[in-house]
Amino acid sequence: MVTAAYSRDEILRWLGKVADPEIPVLSITDLGIVREVEIGERITVALSPTYSGCPATEVIENSVLQTLREHGIEDVEIRRVLSPPWTTDWISDEGRDKLRQYGIAPPERGAGKRALLRGERNVACPRCGATATELVSEFGSTACKASYRCSECLEPFEYFKCI
Amino acid sequence: MNKERALLGYVTRLGDNALVLGQRMVELVAAYPELEEELANANFALDYIGQARMFYTYAGELEGKGRGEDDFAFLRDENEFHNLLLLEQPNGHFGDSVARLVLFEAFYLAQLEALTRCRAERLAEIAARAEKEIRYHLRHNTQWLVRLGDGTDESHRRAQASVDELWRFTGEMFEADEIDTIVEKAYDGPNLGELRERWQADIEAILVNATLGRPEDGWMTSGGKAGRHTEHLGYMIAEMQYLQRSHPGASW
Repeated sequence: MVTAAYSRDEILRWLGKVADPEIPVLSITDLGIVREVEIGERITVALSPTYSGCPATEVIENSVLQTLREHGIEDVEIRRVLSPPWTTDWISDEGRDKLRQYGIAPPERGAGKRALLRGERNVACPRCGATATELVSEFGSTACKASYRCSECLEPFEYFKCI
Repeated sequence: MNKERALLGYVTRLGDNALVLGQRMVELVAAYPELEEELANANFALDYIGQARMFYTYAGELEGKGRGEDDFAFLRDENEFHNLLLLEQPNGHFGDSVARLVLFEAFYLAQLEALTRCRAERLAEIAARAEKEIRYHLRHNTQWLVRLGDGTDESHRRAQASVDELWRFTGEMFEADEIDTIVEKAYDGPNLGELRERWQADIEAILVNATLGRPEDGWMTSGGKAGRHTEHLGYMIAEMQYLQRSHPGASW
């Protein structure tokens, strides 16, 4: 069986190079949307969509297929997993660091309903680290981000919203 | 009606609600007076279209006739859409849009929450995904209704008129038909009586915050859930389906 030549870790490592099309500094494993890799008759990759209407979903699925094809794996099934629904809590620590370096404030942990209902607290500026920041717009360049401004260094920045 | 058919009808209705409202919001893309709301509307519309796709894909699988999301969205006629009449009404002005969203989303959020506990597993999963999004929408739209209602005399007057005008479409949300009843019993689906109580309490609290009056429950318009629509839906889907109807099977 051809597929036995690959280990799950190896495949996960390759998937760790697949960039999120909207925030290319993050890989799909940083984002936490790769739920499972199963090696059987064929390779099955289980992915969770972030938002229902996220236009990146199909691009990501194609990138996964392409990446695995580049490693000689042709027989791949992509499975969409809805449950439990993706949350920003699944963004890895490494992913959070990458976001910060990229100029996007990472989402608070313990996202869930509290953050959605009561709004965000203490969003730290990804450039200078100050917590004196103000919300400019709840909506930013993509569905998942809000626009903020730092009151210390005065730089505008984006905040990855909790969901 | 057996329970499988009822579930198919229920899921299709959820898809119809999401698609019709999403399409109405899409009509407003690039028409908002300021950037923040422009982005909010486009993002929210995208959530609805995404939810419609999940519901329709599931409906196609339940039906088992090989129909996919596009068949449901683009190749059905007006009377095959079973969305709420509230959602197909024309956009009107910004206050009308806000009022419609608050009235509907207070219901839809409660419906989705109940569905996350239903025994149709896939439906519960989609509901869990969608619920997070609608919670966010409702928070945002409620802030706007409060801002308009508790704003200037003019914004107050117009927000009140919007709520008054749309109120007659809200009764339909809670009219249980055979599909609702079977899904409630066979799959532990939502109880519309309970949803109504919760909705009334939530809406009344929002209206108080917005200094708006709660309209009297008078005559309620209904029929959308059974495929009997106001004149507005036909025009909307004619535009929405034009490409697929003129060029069947077109893809890119």
